[in-house]
Amino acid sequence: MDFAGAYAPAHLKFLLQGFLVTLEVAFISIVLSFVFGIIIGVIRYTKIPVLSQLLAVLVETIRNLPLLLIIFFTYFALPEVGLKLDKLYAAISALVIFESAMLSEIVRSGLQSIDKGQIEAARSSGLTYGQTLWYIILPQALRRMVPPIVSQFISLLKDTSLAIVISLPELMNHAQIINGRNVNFVIPIFILVAFMYFIVNYSLSLVSRRLEYRQR
Amino acid sequence: MLRFSILVEHWDLYMQGFGHTIKASVLALIGSLALGTIIAIFRIAPIRPLNWVGTAYVEFIRNIPLVLIVFVFFMGLPAVGIRFDSFTAGTLGLMVYTAAFIAEAIRSGIQAVPKGQMEAARSSGLTYLQAMRYVILPQAVKIVIPPLGNQFINLVKNSSVLGVIAGLDLMYYGDLISSKTFVTFDVYIFVALFYLVLTIPLSLGVGYLERRLLKAR
Repeated sequence: MDFAGAYAPAHLKFLLQGFLVTLEVAFISIVLSFVFGIIIGVIRYTKIPVLSQLLAVLVETIRNLPLLLIIFFTYFALPEVGLKLDKLYAAISALVIFESAMLSEIVRSGLQSIDKGQIEAARSSGLTYGQTLWYIILPQALRRMVPPIVSQFISLLKDTSLAIVISLPELMNHAQIINGRNVNFVIPIFILVAFMYFIVNYSLSLVSRRLEYRQR
Repeated sequence: MLRFSILVEHWDLYMQGFGHTIKASVLALIGSLALGTIIAIFRIAPIRPLNWVGTAYVEFIRNIPLVLIVFVFFMGLPAVGIRFDSFTAGTLGLMVYTAAFIAEAIRSGIQAVPKGQMEAARSSGLTYLQAMRYVILPQAVKIVIPPLGNQFINLVKNSSVLGVIAGLDLMYYGDLISSKTFVTFDVYIFVALFYLVLTIPLSLGVGYLERRLLKAR
């Protein structure tokens, strides 16, 4: 094992560059997934006919597939039907497809956890159904959704490493490039990379726990 | 239109992958149930150093990517002379990763049993281990089954990382078939269907158990 060689400044810089891509991809994906997740979640909560059932089938299918398969699909299979995405967009699309399905379930159960009395009270004080949803139900549900969404973000950050199969230049990919130079680098690099993921994810999980605690 | 001829012609290869996916999932489940139970016991046992070990394991493993753990078994340990074939490395990685989640499910199940149960069992003369074995665990098992089912579904999906290290699973054979046929779209749709054949019934089963358990309370 060659710790000194593995942790050469050039390698550390290269790993950090990879980590920035990981964080960037994770952040863009979670923001987009949040938007789609809310739209799908609200449609399923309000039970808009046909659309709601269609989305239910779609969400269940996606949730039951491995994310790796979806990444393969967006990068390798979509070009076959004329939709060519570069690595970054293929990875982000796959993550957004998968995470939107996951988040829509969090949104739906968050909405369902709001007491029905709230709707009745809002409706009988003259608000329309849309207004009730927007001003009464969503704001309360959103607060309850924050901790599970943070956990989902942690999963997402970890899952970006699957994009190694399409050689997206993220942290795992950069780690493997360094590992390829010298077999004695492998263990030191894996230890460092593990701690990089750990520090960010563990901090996020502490934030999530804090938020959960405060809501009680 | 999907070219079903690809599925028919390469049925044997799909079945090879499907078999390995099931095998890896089941082996990793058995391993992670054993390891996860030990870690859960570490976390709740009234012995401080054990608590620390259990907590460190769970927090560390849960916050790093599965791909990294699988790579440690596939490349890290071989670098110090411990070698596995890719299927074994992948399955061990899955086991180590899933054990952390299973430990948490078991721990919260045990802690969901009211404290009075332990106190009552202890004051009627049972030792801590007896109380655990005869009073707490039988009650915890019911609470723990649905989350364990969810972990198994995740495990089946996560077993796809074997594909990253050529671990002979569905993803690997999907790759193989698409490089033989020069077709990707259809090949992976069939791979997806094979995963759904496993995960959808499991999801429905877990949902059913969850509802029954809610009613029983």
